[in-house]
Amino acid sequence: MVKWRGKLLSGSYLGLILLFFYLPIIIMIVFSFNSSRSLTIWNGFSLEWYEKLFHSEDMMQAVINTFSIAILATAISTVVGTLTAVGLSKSKRILRECVLALNDLPMLNPDIVTAIGLMLFFTSLRIEKGYVTMLLAHIAFCIPYVILSVLPKLRTLDPNLAEAAMDLGATPWQALMKVIIPQIIPAVISGALIAFTMSLDDFVISYFVTGNGVSNISILVYTMSKRINPTINALSTILVVMITVVLILINVVPLLRKKEGVAK
Amino acid sequence: MKSFRELSYPYIVWACVMIGIPMILIILYAFTQSGNSVTTFTFTIENFLDFFNDSVFIQVLMQSLKIALITTVLCILIGYPAAFFVSRMEGRMKATIFLLLTMPMWINMLVRTYSWISILSDSGLINTILGYLGIGPIQLLYTDFSVSLGMVYNFLPFMIISIFNSLDKMDKGLLEASADLGANKVQTFLRVMLPLSLPGVITGITLVFLPAVSSFVIPKLLGGGQYVLIGNLIETQFISVGEWHFGSAISLVMTIIIMISMYLTKRVDKQSASDSVASGGGRIW
Repeated sequence: MVKWRGKLLSGSYLGLILLFFYLPIIIMIVFSFNSSRSLTIWNGFSLEWYEKLFHSEDMMQAVINTFSIAILATAISTVVGTLTAVGLSKSKRILRECVLALNDLPMLNPDIVTAIGLMLFFTSLRIEKGYVTMLLAHIAFCIPYVILSVLPKLRTLDPNLAEAAMDLGATPWQALMKVIIPQIIPAVISGALIAFTMSLDDFVISYFVTGNGVSNISILVYTMSKRINPTINALSTILVVMITVVLILINVVPLLRKKEGVAK
Repeated sequence: MKSFRELSYPYIVWACVMIGIPMILIILYAFTQSGNSVTTFTFTIENFLDFFNDSVFIQVLMQSLKIALITTVLCILIGYPAAFFVSRMEGRMKATIFLLLTMPMWINMLVRTYSWISILSDSGLINTILGYLGIGPIQLLYTDFSVSLGMVYNFLPFMIISIFNSLDKMDKGLLEASADLGANKVQTFLRVMLPLSLPGVITGITLVFLPAVSSFVIPKLLGGGQYVLIGNLIETQFISVGEWHFGSAISLVMTIIIMISMYLTKRVDKQSASDSVASGGGRIW
């Protein structure tokens, strides 16, 4: 009896929290299909806002910018971060500690401090602010997360394996690609995933380092949210659906694979 | 073996340029004034005096700390039971609920915050429902309430995750041992579970308090144009006013306050750990 009551309590509490988390998102999705501008009164189904969204050049450009920067920043920071982590794991302790302390700064500092630092940096070098500065900034704040994800995994590796490979005639490059990297690949992937979502989600740093009218989705939402604008709802709905599909794939595919493995 | 070391050299240069120099620039700008060029290095603390001598700025600072503190406390109070209940679940149910609780984090923060505007506004969902009940529209949007709500909404998942991680790692045998030795449920919770989960709470505080103090998006969207927190102050200095020197000084003050509060939080953690060891309970190692 007591156990049953406990389950009811925990179930309803978690239910309330989930409602708190998802209700605003669900309302936003529902009203993106509303035929009027109102976000509270339902006037019938329409795809008007989606049509407006796909015909708005600003919005499409922002979507393209967001994803191209996220993909480029993730690719570059994953490669650089992984190689750096391998290098650091073999470096002298003092050098490693110094680099890691510097590396921690963007993660410990509030976003806005990192953002104004980069803004001052680009302006003092007279680099024109826009797409390139945004990409550079994203790479700068993504690499630390990759290093932080890969380095602990490297520590668990047997250092003799790479040496053994080289004793057996492998070049250092081969030892890296065929011995070290395959062992740390899960950590590399999770680092890349963190970098990708960080880049996709970023507003503050992008907002400060951009210029010349180059914007991403976050900047667009920020500047457009002053008035009620259901096109933002439509854009947000597409983003939410995409993220949900990706998350489900990431979480369900390993489960299915496991099942297949068991069945075999 | 030596050859691998060189792999980190490009990034060391990059980190010095892209992380080190920007930080130095902020400090440099904070201690110089517009008009005299940065390269002449005429140091001044004028910017800091301007900040601390103006009661309006001090008020903004206090307001930011107040909102961040309220947010952090609410996140602990709401997040702890949630993390506790999830950690008690088993198997696939646990994984599913945990995924559901953390999924909002993956959705763009601007989008999530924006979604509250239509709920809280005067003609929004809550006020429409209140209208049917005959209660006049209540000002919900653009208040302390809406700003705190937006922050709790955005940062609660971080608190739940970090408390969950420490509760989940906990050896269930300890709780059973405590019960076997005659402690009731409340005693077991207060003497065993809570002290052992404290590191998770501390991590959660860091993850919530830091972005809450410096946030300028949430106060702007849910607090309106008149609502100024320290983050908004910095934004205005850089984006609209163009007082970069003063803006740098404010962000330096903010960073130092955050560092001090983080240091104090960590000390409280260590203090309570050693206290519980001294009183004979709590930690076993």
